[in-house]
Amino acid sequence: MFILVVGGGKVGYYLAKELIENGHEVVIMEKDRSRADQITDELGSIVISADGCEGTSLGKAGCARADIVAAVTGDDEDNLVICQMAKHHFDVPRTIARVNNPKNEELFRHLGVDELASPTRMILGTIEQDIPVQELLHLATLGEGRLELIEAHLQADSPAVGRTPSQLAIPDGCALFGVIRGGVAVPLAPDMALRESDKVIAIGNKACERALHRLLIGATGTEGEAGA
Amino acid sequence: MKIVIVGCGRVGAALAESYDAAGHQVVILDISTRAFGRLAGTFRGSAVRGDGTDEDTLRRVGAENADVFLSLTEGDNRNVMAAQVAAEGLGAKRVIAKINDPVRAAAYAELGLTTLCRTTLLADAVSAHLGLPVSGQSGIRASSGSHAGHGHELHQMYQGGSGETNGETGAAAGDTTSREA
Repeated sequence: MFILVVGGGKVGYYLAKELIENGHEVVIMEKDRSRADQITDELGSIVISADGCEGTSLGKAGCARADIVAAVTGDDEDNLVICQMAKHHFDVPRTIARVNNPKNEELFRHLGVDELASPTRMILGTIEQDIPVQELLHLATLGEGRLELIEAHLQADSPAVGRTPSQLAIPDGCALFGVIRGGVAVPLAPDMALRESDKVIAIGNKACERALHRLLIGATGTEGEAGA
Repeated sequence: MKIVIVGCGRVGAALAESYDAAGHQVVILDISTRAFGRLAGTFRGSAVRGDGTDEDTLRRVGAENADVFLSLTEGDNRNVMAAQVAAEGLGAKRVIAKINDPVRAAAYAELGLTTLCRTTLLADAVSAHLGLPVSGQSGIRASSGSHAGHGHELHQMYQGGSGETNGETGAAAGDTTSREA
């Protein structure tokens, strides 16, 4: 296949290298002359030093006979225009755009880009898998560092949902003060049932943090204990 | 009319001032606050620092359902993208993108954007002045495709003007256009 890669940065360079190793015909367009020369030294005469957004330059690079155009510059707007020009002006069957701002994905799809590659989205996904949503937030340290002001965000599966403070086995040295419900601060009465999405404000010493977590968020790992 | 202008260069600033003076609701954006120094002290519209290709930013400045959206930065692709965000995502009624590369300008006119090409406009203006042959292409092309499709009226509006909406003479052309609007 003939693949036209626009943008000779790190992504474009390694992409072209892999594609060549897999036996494809590749042309890179890179507007920065010295970067273009550098890639030529390393990969051979496959670089055209021209702006891939210019209609005439795309034509000269053989865009009209490309099977795939991959726009991998660092600028979303350039990648969009490259793909649209390739698709609509040169009838390229398949266009791929690198998207940096995840919010542009929907627009690009809507405007006819065939495939999107979003490094931001991918890394974000990986981070979100590794780190669970913070359910127990440390708001402040009090009492010369011995006490913590904590906010617990109750999820649907929290053992505290549907229970009142008097039904909860609140650990010694710890007190629940109030609830933020729908953005409004509400004092916590002994007979008030907690609900999903409540943010419970508590103060306690560091030793009871684990017990608070079990009580308000739920068991962690293999612990079966669920408070009450 | 609600008029949103992206890019406070000479043309953007001149149009913002004249539309504001004509009583329209004008919002002008630029990524540099220094650019707003081009606006006269009498300008009553809003001048906001922000990226005109960013949908969130455009919504924040109230660009939704703009009657007119003009994308006039120095970057062709930024203009293309801002114009498409406005037309497709924000329901702007009449959208013009400045695209100085004639090939791209023609391609996007076919795709449905109304495009303004300084290269063609200036080249033809010079040739016409010298009595030499002109390109035969229009520097402002009405949309002929599927984007927000009211470009034609604007096209006529501009055609009725001096035909010189650029560079140093931008202010004069802006005044002419606003009177005719």
